[in-house]
Amino acid sequence: MFEEIGTTAEGDLQINVGPQHPATHGVLHLVLTLNGETIKKVEPHLGYIHRSIEKMCESLTYRQFSYVTSRMDYLSSHINNNACALIVEKGLQVDVPERAKVIRVIIDELTRIASHELWWGAMAMDLGAFTPFFHAFRERETINEIMEETCGARLTMNYIVPGGLMMDIHPNFQKKVKSFIQLFRSKFDEYNELVTGNIIFQNRMKGVGVLSPEDAISYGCTGPAARGSGVKCDIRKLYPYEIYDKVQFDEVLETGCDSFARYMVRLKEMLESIKIIEQLIDNIPEGEFQAKTKAVLKLPKGEFYQRVETARGELGVYIVSEGGTTPYRIKYRSPGFSNLSALDHMARGSKLGDLIAMMGTLDLVIPDIDR
Amino acid sequence: MLSFSQIASDVDQWLHKVCSPTWALVFEMVIIGVSVIGLFAVLGLVLVLMERRVAAWMQIRLGPNRVGPQGLLQSLADTLKLLVKEGMTPGGSDKFLFNLAPFIAMIAAMLLMAPIAFASNFQIWNINIGVLYVSAVSSLSVIGILMAGWASNNKYSLMGAMRSGAQIVSYELSAGLSILTIVVLSGNLGLNDIVLSQKDGWWIFKGHIPAIIAFIIFMIAVTAETNRAPFDLAEAESELTAGFHTEYSGMKFALFFLAEYINVFIVCAIGATLFLGGWMPFHIGNLEGFNHVMDYIPSSIWFFGKTFFLIFLIMWFRWTFPRLRIDQLLNLEWKYLLPISMFNIILVTVVAIMKWYF
Repeated sequence: MFEEIGTTAEGDLQINVGPQHPATHGVLHLVLTLNGETIKKVEPHLGYIHRSIEKMCESLTYRQFSYVTSRMDYLSSHINNNACALIVEKGLQVDVPERAKVIRVIIDELTRIASHELWWGAMAMDLGAFTPFFHAFRERETINEIMEETCGARLTMNYIVPGGLMMDIHPNFQKKVKSFIQLFRSKFDEYNELVTGNIIFQNRMKGVGVLSPEDAISYGCTGPAARGSGVKCDIRKLYPYEIYDKVQFDEVLETGCDSFARYMVRLKEMLESIKIIEQLIDNIPEGEFQAKTKAVLKLPKGEFYQRVETARGELGVYIVSEGGTTPYRIKYRSPGFSNLSALDHMARGSKLGDLIAMMGTLDLVIPDIDR
Repeated sequence: MLSFSQIASDVDQWLHKVCSPTWALVFEMVIIGVSVIGLFAVLGLVLVLMERRVAAWMQIRLGPNRVGPQGLLQSLADTLKLLVKEGMTPGGSDKFLFNLAPFIAMIAAMLLMAPIAFASNFQIWNINIGVLYVSAVSSLSVIGILMAGWASNNKYSLMGAMRSGAQIVSYELSAGLSILTIVVLSGNLGLNDIVLSQKDGWWIFKGHIPAIIAFIIFMIAVTAETNRAPFDLAEAESELTAGFHTEYSGMKFALFFLAEYINVFIVCAIGATLFLGGWMPFHIGNLEGFNHVMDYIPSSIWFFGKTFFLIFLIMWFRWTFPRLRIDQLLNLEWKYLLPISMFNIILVTVVAIMKWYF
């Protein structure tokens, strides 16, 4: 009977997690080799949601191509758009008005909080606790309402365009963001009470999925996945863009190297984002929200690279321009892909349940991995 | 006063009047069978709805409130849906075992109804070794789960079944030992006798520290035994999609689902019987007036009230805690609960011999 249900030559059980599986949060396909419950090998199979976004971008103009990127990492769509806007502005050497820069940072940080909220709920759900998901969505809903009012969409949002912003902020924006900050601060303790302090949760997370700093660097991990191992990799600090060099915030670093460290990094990052928003929300300068740009944008001949810090890590956009209205070649360096590649290394020798927890702490968004 | 025991004895007398004793017994058995199945269906519907409403309450949402008044008919609608669904048997599965498994799980749950004292003098089978019977039969449900996992020809199911096997077999020990504490204290194995021994106070109050320790261990162990979160490793939907019942659909799935809820009811009923006095009203020492008022509440209400309180506790666990890992689960049992239970047994024996309980 074991012959029928698939084993390796050594007699280990092979099991497909995905492409349809509740814990992969999308169409990720992992082929696990198991010895009982112990994992011997994890082999990710990609491509189930490959939409050739890079190729599509090559046939879209510099004004159009950023809209597609909202569909890559759909949880940090504003940050993706920001990267695209920045690279075009870099190529055209456009000076973006100060007002647009400040609003961009606020929107980016709100997106980061929304993404981390969803991650927090989904990760608790991976560990078998359902309730946190709803509590996280209660706060995330407030951000979604702000986003809806600002740009009209709740998921695949497009607001940041080359030259500035698509439109000015809604009159209620500042009021709503402030009330969100208040709400978030009042509810944040609940997160720690419900999940972080739970003894079962800590036992499931501590000492699990260890990724040493050296491995994190060699696998190219970025974002909270690497910062949980103590690797300094926050693009907002290393290569500041927009006005990140003018605001006060700390790069959250944990030295635990395990799932719990990565969890704590994301949790604390939410507070840092709130800190950034608090500094800026009362100080949005008056003025234009968009720079004057030509109707048809043409990047000069050459190569351009821009990186930003999304909720998952470093997103790089690389454009080769031949001087036309569309990019000659475009390449995205997505954080999820590199973070996923470390999964096999982390998971070997641990139990099946731990694999799910590790995937949770890597915060994988599958359209971001496949593009 | 109209009580369950009154109704039961009236029916018994009437049947003996109209037909011979043999036929009266046959009719009584039919009535009992029908009422057990009826109780099953009602309990299943009520508990599913209760779980959903409790979950909704803890998760800041409303829960089912559209079908019928306050959503009361929601589980009925779900049952209808499951009834008309196709009961698939996957290719490559062991068809006989696959179709038998849900019934075994169900039968094990049904058999457990027999010795439970629902109200004063109202019991299907007043067996003098009730506790032993319960411990023995409750282990049967693991056979259904193992069978389902093996016969499904699905790796997820198989892993779920194996986890479930390891889990139920180990937690049975702690549950059994904590039940033994009360047996030692009351000196009886019959469930009705245990209830009667709590006339002047429930064991959780009378039994000092050992009874409280036993109660806590009992609640943990039965949560594990009924495969409920945080010990729902056999299902573990984020890991094993649905564990042992991944391949089941329609009514066969519903039987597993129902069996789980009935098991929860039964373990809570036994917990209520052993520790919280079953159908015994709440009495405080010599407060005659207070005790008299408490006696006016029917015994069945006391029983179901206590049982549903424990069910609520178990639901509360489920919607609060994350799941344990399989090795942590077994560590918890073998390294902590079992030694504590064994020590507790010694403690309770000393307490019982020295007559230190009230």
